[in-house]
Amino acid sequence: MAWARNILRVNLTKGTCVNEPLNMEWAQKYLGQRGLATKYLVEETDPKVDPLSPKNKMIMATGPLTGTCASTAGRYSVITKGALTGAIACSNSGGFFGNEMKNAGFDMIIFEGKAKSPVYLLVQNDQAELVDASDYWGKSVWDTEEGIKAKHQDPLIRVASIGVSGEKGVKFACVVNDMHRAAGRSGVGTVMGSKNLKAVAIRGSLGVQVEDPESFLSAVTAGKEVLAANPVTGEGLPAMGTQVLMNVINESGALPTHNHRDSQFKGANNISAEAMAEPREGDGKPNLVTNAACFGCTIGCGRISTIERGHYTVAERPEYQIASGGLEYEAAWALGAATGVDDLDALTFANFICNEQGFDPISFGATVGAAMELYEDGSITSKETGGLEVKFGSAKALTELAELTGRGEGFGADIGLGSKRLCKKYGSPGLSMEVKGQEFPAYDARGIQGMGLGYATSNRGACHLRGYTVSSEIFGIPEKTDPLESDGKAALVKAFQDATGAVDSSGLCVFTTFGWTLDDIAPQINAACEGEWTPERLVEVGERVWNLERMYNLQAGFTAKDDTLPARLLKDATKTGPAEGKVSDLTKMLPEYYETRGWTSDGIPSNETLERISL
Amino acid sequence: MLKSLQIDPDKCTGCLQCELACSYENEGVFNPAKSRIKVFNFHEQGRQVPYTCTQCDEAWCMSACPVDAISVDAETGAKVVSDSACVGCKVCTIACPFGTINYNSSTGKVIKCDLCGGDPKCATACPTDAITYVDANWTGLDKMREWAGKTDTGAKAEA
Repeated sequence: MAWARNILRVNLTKGTCVNEPLNMEWAQKYLGQRGLATKYLVEETDPKVDPLSPKNKMIMATGPLTGTCASTAGRYSVITKGALTGAIACSNSGGFFGNEMKNAGFDMIIFEGKAKSPVYLLVQNDQAELVDASDYWGKSVWDTEEGIKAKHQDPLIRVASIGVSGEKGVKFACVVNDMHRAAGRSGVGTVMGSKNLKAVAIRGSLGVQVEDPESFLSAVTAGKEVLAANPVTGEGLPAMGTQVLMNVINESGALPTHNHRDSQFKGANNISAEAMAEPREGDGKPNLVTNAACFGCTIGCGRISTIERGHYTVAERPEYQIASGGLEYEAAWALGAATGVDDLDALTFANFICNEQGFDPISFGATVGAAMELYEDGSITSKETGGLEVKFGSAKALTELAELTGRGEGFGADIGLGSKRLCKKYGSPGLSMEVKGQEFPAYDARGIQGMGLGYATSNRGACHLRGYTVSSEIFGIPEKTDPLESDGKAALVKAFQDATGAVDSSGLCVFTTFGWTLDDIAPQINAACEGEWTPERLVEVGERVWNLERMYNLQAGFTAKDDTLPARLLKDATKTGPAEGKVSDLTKMLPEYYETRGWTSDGIPSNETLERISL
Repeated sequence: MLKSLQIDPDKCTGCLQCELACSYENEGVFNPAKSRIKVFNFHEQGRQVPYTCTQCDEAWCMSACPVDAISVDAETGAKVVSDSACVGCKVCTIACPFGTINYNSSTGKVIKCDLCGGDPKCATACPTDAITYVDANWTGLDKMREWAGKTDTGAKAEA
C-alpha cells in the first residue's frame, strides 16, 4: 500500500519498456523517492561514469505518499549523476506530474541507455511506449507540453520535458513539468537531453491506496490543521511566497550580491514580495496575479505573475504578455541580487525564459554574476560576448543572456558551462561561487554560518534544500540559534540534513517543515505504509540516505578537499550589516561535523557508522 | 433548508484537494481521474476554476435518461444516479449542457456529483473556502456583502 510496488524500466538504446516489481526490502530501508532511487542508482551504475554517457541512468521517482491527500503529497524527484557536478544529483519537483506517475501505477521510471534519435515516453496506466519526438526536438518546454497534449487530444496528460537548453548541453538544464515546476538543479535535464529523451507524458487513472485509510485521514487532517495555524505556512507563504525572505535576509546581512563581493543588496526591496504586490506605474496592476498550489498542497506558495506590457522585454512580443510562473525567492536572488539587477519585470522575464527553455535560474543567475565580474576585470571582453555589455546591474545583459543560454547560442553557450567551468576558461577559477561545481543559492555563508557548513557538505553541491538551517538561524524554527555563531552548528546541520533526507524520500514537500516536525509527518507515513514508521525511524532513514549519497560521491572521486567554500567566503570579510566583519568559520565547523557524523577526519564514514545505520 | 455548492474561483489555488476527497469518498482510492469535481487551470490568465454539477431543477440528464436511472434526492435536491438501473448508454452525457455527468469506463456506468448525501467532501477538503456548501436561497450573500461594503459611503467608525 501507498507504494504502487511497480517500476517501469525504459531502455532507450533498445527501445523497450518493461514493468518490474519494486524491491520492497529496499523500500523499507530507503522509503521512496530520493532514498530509494539513490539505492537503485548506486546498485546499477558505476559512480565513475561520465554523467552524459549512455551508461549513466536517470530515475524519476515518487514517494509512498505521492498521490495521496496528505498536504503537498505530489512530489517526485529526478535522480542521476549530475551533469553540472559529477556528484549524485537529486532534484525535486512539485506540480502535478508526480501524482500522475503514481496514478499510472509506477513508483519510479528508470531510464537507461540512449535513444538513436529523439523520443518521448508515453505512459497510459500500465501501457508504455517510446514515440518519435522529432516534431518537438528544437522546441521549448511550453511548446512541447502543449504539442503533446494536442497530438493525443488529451488535455489531462501531464508532461515533464526539457527545453532547447537541455538538448544543447547547457550544464544546468532542468526537467520542467506543468509549464513551470522544475526538477531544477545539478543538470538533471542535461542528462535527459544526452539520452535523446525529450519528454515524458503520463496519464494515470488507477488510483492510490493507503494501508489504514481511517488513521491516515485523521493524521492528514491533523497535519493540515497544523500547517493552516502556523504563521509561515498558513499566512506568510500563501500571501508572499518564498519571496517573503528577500527583505528579511537582506536585513540580516546575508543576501549575497555582485558575485558575493557584498552581502547586502541596495535594490533588494525592488525585487521583493512587497514589490511584486505593488501596482505598477505602467498599467496600474501588480506583478503578482495570484498564488498557486502544487498537487495536494494546502500552503500554496507558488507565484503566478505578469510582465508589464510596455516593458522592453515583451512590448513587441505578445506571446510573453501572459500570466505564468513568477519569481520564487531563489530565482529572484540569482537573477537579481547576484547580478545587481533590480528591474522586477526583467527578472520575471528571465524567469519565464528559464521555465520555457528549461534551465536552472539559480545556477544561471549566479553564473551571469560571475561573468559580470570577469567582464568588469577585463577577463571577458565584448569580443566574447558578441558586443553585449555584461556589466553588474544591466537588465539588458541579464535578459539577453537568458535568451542566448536558453538556445545554447553565442555567449549563452559559455554561460551554459556554469560558473566553475566559465571562470576556469577565463583564467579566474577563484571567482566561481560554488561547491562541487554547483552555484550557491541565496544565503551568504558568512552571515548564516550553518548554511556555510551545509553548502560545503551537501552531497549535490551547494544547496539550501539539503539542510535549511535558515529555519533555525533566522526564523527560530524549531528553535533559535545565532546565525553568526558557529558553535553547535555541526549538530544542527546534521539534524536538518537527516530530517530532510527522510522528507525528500516520502513524497512530501520540504516546505511543510516550517510547520511540521517529524512528529507530524511520521503518523501520516505510518498510516499509509506497511511497517512501523516512527520519527526515530525516519531520522535513521535520512541518515542512511545521506551516507549512501556520500559513499557514491567518494567512489565518484570526491574527497574531503571538496567539502570547502571559495576563498572569498573564507577570507574576505563582509563589509556591511549585522554580519559585518565575518568570514565563514568552516575550518572550525568541518572537523566537528565529521566527528558528529561518525566519519573519519578524512570525511569517510567509519565502519562502525556504516554498521550502525545498516549500510 | 436546501443547500448548494458555492464556488468562488478567486479563492482557488488549484491544489486538487477537492478532487482527492471526491474520488476517495466515491471510489475508496485517491484518484483525481475519477473525481466528480474538476479544477480547470487557465494557465495564461492565472485562473483556477473548480467546476461540478449545479443540480439543475429541471435536469436535462434526468429527462434524457431512457431507464429512469437518475432521481432526485428529496433531502438534498441532488440528482443521483442509480448504479443498478444505469445501462451506460451515455445519453445523459450528451443531454447535459455543462458536461458535468460523465461515463466511467471501469464500471460501465455514469458518474456525477450527488452532494455526498448532504455532506460534500470537496467543500470540507478545500483549504481556502473556494468551495463551500451554503443555503441554496442565498448563494449571492457573500457578493452582496462585498458590494454592500463598497456602496456604503456614510460615516465610518475608526478602527
